[in-house]
Amino acid sequence: MEAPLMHLALVGTPNSGKTSLFNALTGSRQKVANYPGVTVERKEGSFVTPLGRQVSLVDLPGTYSLRGRSPDEEITRDMVLGRTPGEAVPDLVLCVADATNLRLTIRLLLELKSTGRPLMLVLNMFDIATRRGVTVDVARLSEALGMPVVTSIAVRKGGTADLLRQTDTIAAQAPAPLAQNLWQPLTIAQLRATQREADRIIAATVSLPEKPDTWTARIDAVVLHPVAGLAILAVILFVMFQAVFAWAQPLMELLSSGFAALGQLVHDILPAGLLQSFLQNGVISGVGSVIVFLPQIIIIFLFILLLEDFGYMARAAFLMDRIMGGAGLHGRAFIPLLSSFACAIPGIMATRVIDNRRDRLTTILIAPLMTCSARIPVYTLIISAFIPAKQIWGWVSLQGLVMFGLYAAGIASALGVSFLIKFFMWRDYAPAPFMLELPDYKMPRARSIAIGVYTRAKMFLQRAGTTIFSMMVLIWFLASFPLPPAGAQDPAINYSFAAMIGKAMEPVLAPVGFNWQIAVALIPGMAAREVAVAALGTVYAIEGGKEAAEQIGQVLATKWSLATALSLLAWYIFAPQCASTLAVIRRETGSSKWMAITFAYMFALAYAASLATYNIAVALGAG
Amino acid sequence: MTERNGARPQLPLGLAKRGYSGVIQHLAAGDAGSSLSAIELESRLIELGFVEGARVEVLHEGIVGRDPIAVRVENVTIAVRRREAMAIIVA
Repeated sequence: MEAPLMHLALVGTPNSGKTSLFNALTGSRQKVANYPGVTVERKEGSFVTPLGRQVSLVDLPGTYSLRGRSPDEEITRDMVLGRTPGEAVPDLVLCVADATNLRLTIRLLLELKSTGRPLMLVLNMFDIATRRGVTVDVARLSEALGMPVVTSIAVRKGGTADLLRQTDTIAAQAPAPLAQNLWQPLTIAQLRATQREADRIIAATVSLPEKPDTWTARIDAVVLHPVAGLAILAVILFVMFQAVFAWAQPLMELLSSGFAALGQLVHDILPAGLLQSFLQNGVISGVGSVIVFLPQIIIIFLFILLLEDFGYMARAAFLMDRIMGGAGLHGRAFIPLLSSFACAIPGIMATRVIDNRRDRLTTILIAPLMTCSARIPVYTLIISAFIPAKQIWGWVSLQGLVMFGLYAAGIASALGVSFLIKFFMWRDYAPAPFMLELPDYKMPRARSIAIGVYTRAKMFLQRAGTTIFSMMVLIWFLASFPLPPAGAQDPAINYSFAAMIGKAMEPVLAPVGFNWQIAVALIPGMAAREVAVAALGTVYAIEGGKEAAEQIGQVLATKWSLATALSLLAWYIFAPQCASTLAVIRRETGSSKWMAITFAYMFALAYAASLATYNIAVALGAG
Repeated sequence: MTERNGARPQLPLGLAKRGYSGVIQHLAAGDAGSSLSAIELESRLIELGFVEGARVEVLHEGIVGRDPIAVRVENVTIAVRRREAMAIIVA
């Protein structure tokens, strides 16, 4: 008879290595969803113990206590207490601790004990602890805490063997009668008492080295230096954007020529007509022109995950706290805003780490101004078509520099908007506190990073395959029908629905230098920004035949003035964000009001910026 | 430096300079001028390990107004703004 599925829950303080342990135990067998009604990410995975027991493992949000200060922390508390409707009560709660840093976890563990749940302490990163001279008397610690304690090295093969064995042992035992839940929110006196008790237990079972981690101290001496630290942060961001632009190029060209060849193949095999046009111009060139940006998205996520795992993100928040504070932002907003460079959606969801409602709202409102990866296709296309590929000062690529400037403009406008929000809406409120653990530096592990990048890339491709694909089909339809009358002289697209819509919008967009083809592309660009590129491709490919489809950029360079191109770049710094971002803002703020405000202010900024850019460029002779 | 020294003057950690090291004497969350309530601020400080008797050292300072500060509390490093650190009385 098969043993029933065993439910395990992972809890721990932030930076305890919970995620790397979760990745080590479950590998790629992970499901990411949301808890019903809230936007807290629910990560579940599964594995099989050495004795063949099926285990389902839930990774709960990191927390220092069970007080439940934020939606994330409430989930952790309710899951441990078995109060979440529709969720299995965990058979065993694994409390993960960084073995080099037990103090805060042991206090949490003592609080967890009062819930009466079966507990096990996992001393993770045990190899690093040993190397640093931390020795833990595991047997005595287990006795003092009254629960099994295992050591683990999540990042090493076989590093979780001890944990798996102990899980089997616990699974084999007759389930202990559930102890009563005696947990209540702790008073300050109780909090203090648990921390004292934790310190007492640690003093009796753990011996710490005389000197703290020397590497962390040495790196921090430079990285947290008021001047050098900021310079390093600027260099890291600059390298990141150069990399996104330069390293991805060969791969992107490869993908691009691959899709072109595929389109040509379809063209040669099928007879000329609607089906051929649909597959070649609608499907292959449309979806292809978006998938081409996969290398850039992988690179940006690679950087973010590496910095996160290394322990640098908390330092960046420390360095930026007061600087961002000048613009009315909280230091903790740095991480969500940095994630917004990849995509505003995870960025807005990451604002949950900000527990003050006003600070969080400000961050959500400006997150879409950070240049998300979906704008990269638009920027890349226009930059490579209009900005000469030359080096200045011998080593800086001019195209990379323009890209950097666009990112900088996004950041500057975000800070400006935040300042205005703080000044006009919330000037009477004292700033919320900033308290953040700066974890010791850890060498990022390839496997954990790979799983993270893989998950993100998969999400991007799924979007390309669904939202973007259906938009492309719609655009192709609008650009192809109605068919031109027999004997028509103009290109076929001039008779289509797309042309009608574009021309209707032209009077509004003419002052900013946009022609009707751009107007046509802006509409699907609302569904997802990167679609605008594909849409331009479709519009011009259908207009100019297959030669034009091969190089959208070359076509644009002949059709647009430099002023129009610059105006479109300016537009996209502020571009009213994609529909999914708006949907997430509504969900996270719980009201349509903030969604409408975001849309309106970004649209106004985009129009104003384009208007100014276009007119200045024309005045300077670029019209 | 681990011994409690009665002769040393007490001061809020929020006023300590880089390189200062001392021992926490008590928490005075009501006096800090934080936007948090005294109870909430005190709870959070304790959860991050700021309890009486803990050794602290100011490791780093930010560039604007020497704020925030990075404080070593026993063997954990915590970043905190000076405003909240005013609640931590050290000597």
